[in-house]
Amino acid sequence: MSSSIMARDLTLAGVRDILNADVLNGDDLSIKVVRVGAADLLSDVLATSKMGTLLLTGLLSTQVIRTAVVADLCGVVFVRGKKPGEDILALARESKIPVLGTRLNMFEAAGRIYKAIAESQ
Amino acid sequence: MMQEALESTYSILGRDFANAGRVSTQIKDTLKRLGVHPAVVRRVAIVSYEAEMNLVMYATRGKILLNVSSEEITLRIDDEGPGIRDVNLAMQEGFSTATPEMREMGFGAGMGLPNIKKNADEFNISSELGRGTRLHVVVKQTP
Repeated sequence: MSSSIMARDLTLAGVRDILNADVLNGDDLSIKVVRVGAADLLSDVLATSKMGTLLLTGLLSTQVIRTAVVADLCGVVFVRGKKPGEDILALARESKIPVLGTRLNMFEAAGRIYKAIAESQ
Repeated sequence: MMQEALESTYSILGRDFANAGRVSTQIKDTLKRLGVHPAVVRRVAIVSYEAEMNLVMYATRGKILLNVSSEEITLRIDDEGPGIRDVNLAMQEGFSTATPEMREMGFGAGMGLPNIKKNADEFNISSELGRGTRLHVVVKQTP
């Protein structure tokens, strides 16, 4: 997470398109994605993320959503085609945390977003 | 700046993984409602959440006491549990006694207590083996 990158003019809709992702929760995809980071260790997210970060993770746990709430993340992308259970999605709906799912692995998902941001600057 | 003072106590049950983190999101909502600066809310929420996860993972039961004044926010976290054998060691990043179950949830990498200290303006920890652990954290209202 310490290498989370700054994005300009990137929205959740943009991330959905870049990652061919499914939208698992969230109606408003015009939300600006200010920063992006990738991590499976939630303590790292809590220690190093900044407000408004979009988290890419391969970790399936309700604690991912709790962490997103506590750390003011703008959304969560589950990678590697992992399907969050109803408990995770219910908490995301209740907490108003947007959730995307992509079949890409963490490396490729992060790489594609990094490339898109770099090319836009 | 804050208008009203507040004191609340929240009970937490050890091993209650389904509800782990719920109290911290409640504390966060309360501080937001009181008009506390977002950066301060975030620091308190991170402190509370790391402490709550430690409590759920290791202790039998415990309480978080939240006190809000116009100058600062105080969290006191008391648990009944195994205690910490070597507090200085537990404060080192990377030291952990976590089980695989804890690690599967994304915790237990020996970051919790250092994260709490990092977000605190004042930090005190005391622990008694076989009895429990007490944390006292102050976050100033000026971000």
